[in-house]
Amino acid sequence: MDLHDSKAFTRRAFLGRGMMLASASLAAPGFVQGAALGLPSPSAMLSSLAGVPEDRVLVVVQLSGGNDGLNTVVPYGMDEYYRARRGIGIGRQQVLELDSSQGIGLHPALESMKELYDAGMCSIFQGVGYPNPNRSHFKSMDIWHTADTSGTGEGWIGRYLDSECVGFGKGESGTLEGSPPAVSIGRDTPLAMQGMKVKPVSFESAEVFRWLGEDHDRALKGTYDQLNRREQASASASNADFLTKTALDAQVSSDLIRQAVSTRPLVEYPGNGLARQLAMISQMIRAGLKTRIYYATLGGFDTHAGQGGPNGRHAQLLRQMATSIQAFYRDLKAQGNDSRVMTLTFSEFGRRVSQNASGGTDHGTAAPMFLFGPMVRPGVHGTHPSMRDLDGGDLKHTLDFRHVYSGVLDTWMGADADAILGRRYRPALVLGRS
Amino acid sequence: MASVSAKDTRQQAERQAREDLRRVWEPISEAEFGFAEARHLLWRAGVGGTPGQIAAVAGLGPERAVDYLLESPDVRDESPAADEFDRNIMRPYNQQEEQMAAQARRTRDEDTLARLRAMRQQAQGQDRRQMREIQRWWLRRMIETPRPLEEKMTLFWHGHFATSYRTIEDSYHMYMQNQRFRKHALGSYKQLMREIIRDPAMLAYLDNNDSRKGSPNENLARELMELFSMGVGTYSERDIKEGARALTGYTFRDDEFVFDRENHDGGRKRIFGRTANFDGDGFVDGILAQRATGDFITRKLYEFFVGDLPEDMRDASPAVDSVLGKMRLTFVRSGYAMKPLLRELLLSRHFYSEDVRGQRIKSPTELVVGGVRELRTPVRDLSALLDAMDLMGQSLFFPPSVAGWPGGRTWINTSTMFVRQNTLAFLLTGRRPGGADALADRQPYEPGPIMDQLRTALGDGDDQHIVESVLTYTLGRQPTHAMDALRGPLAGRGGARDGEALRDMLLLVTAMPEYQLC
Repeated sequence: MDLHDSKAFTRRAFLGRGMMLASASLAAPGFVQGAALGLPSPSAMLSSLAGVPEDRVLVVVQLSGGNDGLNTVVPYGMDEYYRARRGIGIGRQQVLELDSSQGIGLHPALESMKELYDAGMCSIFQGVGYPNPNRSHFKSMDIWHTADTSGTGEGWIGRYLDSECVGFGKGESGTLEGSPPAVSIGRDTPLAMQGMKVKPVSFESAEVFRWLGEDHDRALKGTYDQLNRREQASASASNADFLTKTALDAQVSSDLIRQAVSTRPLVEYPGNGLARQLAMISQMIRAGLKTRIYYATLGGFDTHAGQGGPNGRHAQLLRQMATSIQAFYRDLKAQGNDSRVMTLTFSEFGRRVSQNASGGTDHGTAAPMFLFGPMVRPGVHGTHPSMRDLDGGDLKHTLDFRHVYSGVLDTWMGADADAILGRRYRPALVLGRS
Repeated sequence: MASVSAKDTRQQAERQAREDLRRVWEPISEAEFGFAEARHLLWRAGVGGTPGQIAAVAGLGPERAVDYLLESPDVRDESPAADEFDRNIMRPYNQQEEQMAAQARRTRDEDTLARLRAMRQQAQGQDRRQMREIQRWWLRRMIETPRPLEEKMTLFWHGHFATSYRTIEDSYHMYMQNQRFRKHALGSYKQLMREIIRDPAMLAYLDNNDSRKGSPNENLARELMELFSMGVGTYSERDIKEGARALTGYTFRDDEFVFDRENHDGGRKRIFGRTANFDGDGFVDGILAQRATGDFITRKLYEFFVGDLPEDMRDASPAVDSVLGKMRLTFVRSGYAMKPLLRELLLSRHFYSEDVRGQRIKSPTELVVGGVRELRTPVRDLSALLDAMDLMGQSLFFPPSVAGWPGGRTWINTSTMFVRQNTLAFLLTGRRPGGADALADRQPYEPGPIMDQLRTALGDGDDQHIVESVLTYTLGRQPTHAMDALRGPLAGRGGARDGEALRDMLLLVTAMPEYQLC
């Protein structure tokens, strides 16, 4: 008897087939009273915002690889910046000025973001980081995802979903009750969204959030539906019944989401990956899904070599981010949903102050964080980290990112931020006019 | 008279219950061991098999079948050569580099420091690529192995002594740990406990390399008891503190375990009520002498091989309770040897009972590896399969925490349900689970050989019979609703000799919620 595959498992077979190197991927409206919103108060009191519907949505945009904060929000007023970045620095004449008193401005590729800023729809938090910064992509990303400096445990959004008991409704086919609690667009499920109880739905495109066997032969779909859309008169506690119920839920969610994204967006989006993701999210919002959290990702920020200055690779990435988010809000505004949606961007770390010998920058520490939407507190907040008082060539953070999470959870999502974050972080002021 | 008769009946019932309970641990007889039982054994103690393999295992009878799985005869040494993977990518600085770095720090030589940092970051990138290669290596190994139980137990130990590459960022240490688990897969748990406190990946993962006399780090001591042996609530905070002292100085240099006498706390410690100058081995011996250890490991093995247990063990049925007791006894009496325990379990009537068969949710690894092995599909693309497993919640070498994968129903949600169905569709059709049709693998799947085996094993017949046979072999059962639905794709086509029709039927069977069970 032979219990293995037809080909013998030998070392030679290994070397011949196992070691083939495949791709190495691992790969404005509603004006809100500042006083009412600016003060940290018990979340129960903040469950209502004047002029904003109750079903508020948070969109998280992850900038993967470590975005160079210093070339995003440029401290053009500081000579140290130019000394450290002789090749890739952004000249004074080129920056889009934000605040002349502080001497900071945006990278010229961020024109769209500047327009959002001027319209009062962009909030910039400077020098965001955490103590004892970790420069490993994995570890630092895990720290941001778990909101815990050990980088372990459930994700911060997952804990939010668990705490709110936001799960799947008992929806019948075609009703919005079948909305997933959270949707991530991408190949994998971000740790941030992993809760104990609630698991998000994730897919790269809604086109694959369904059974692909039908593409092989349409005639099979009918039988597939018979096998997967089975209503049970009385579900027992068995695993088989649990699976039958989940299969039905999956069909309901799939119908809902695919129907949602099959519509045409109301505006043109630029042609890049993030724009495609945000367009899908916008369509799901438009369709009235009850999903509270969406997650999108833009990768490629690990600019160790040839990152460029006013033009080049980094500039391209920034342009993609800004134009996509601008299109997203135009779309949401056309739908009348813009005031319901807040967008948060983050990256696992910023980059070192000094450029390296390859015209790039290595892993660093603190960087700015952005919030977008008509309801955010516009402007530049906090203090830019000193360019003189460095920690081994890295910026010292001036704001712990968990204060921003806390502000978003507390005032935007109306949740118990302290419980979700495991301790109290004074909520950053994220909403309203200052 | 009436009351005497009632008493008789009650006594009879109690006798019967005792008798039934005794029988759950009796070995299954030769006569009771057929195709269905052999299929069950191959799924639980392996990762599924073709109809031919199932029939061959059934032909051996239970004793010889279980021995075959446990003893893995006629096998060569398949260990990859020492140079299979690069052990030096993440090596620490040598003396010269160390001096250069120290000098640069002293003189604030930013250029040199930047160069060293850049080198390190480059090495990290290279190491992530090697980790991916090692993932592919293990997945292929599980698919092709002639010793499925050994790989399955290696996976068990990986989930039990969970260590993640995310934290330690050293692919060679992960690989070394994996080989350690394989070496002791069916050996001794006791030996594994002694080795795990010397394993570089584990020492780094639980920070024991930072644990020194005077400032012990309690991470390893705590998890050693809470997750690796006794279970939460069975030891005191003092046991943790003193255990951590016993483990001080257990560290590693490059790829080797080092007992750092300077940093080891050789003083007296009180652990589990006994006082001595315990070191790590003394601490482990103390753990192994605790009753809780036998209970905890036995329960974990039960959940891995047999089925889910209630959160509160008081809710367990008398049969399950009795089986766990027997398992513990055999395990502890043998000095924590795996084979005697698994032999008794895999032969027991309980293991083959209706309550157990076809009730366990397949892990992503079991689903993918089992799909290829059972249906003999092309392997397609290992990277695509690994991506799919990640989406299903199981990335090899990246367990979500030191507690491993929670398993059971946590594998399943609306999202993973489609990924599971589409991954099987990928194996059968070559259409990528990511949907990119241009990248489809055109190699066709030929169900012919499988169907020939199935006919030999379960006889030839009409469409009805084919559907029955396919369900028996793929699901281990024949749900009525599926019987009716699945005849459709065969109707009007060439029946069992029509490869297309059979592949379509398998496409549907593998998309059934019931296919997630084994």
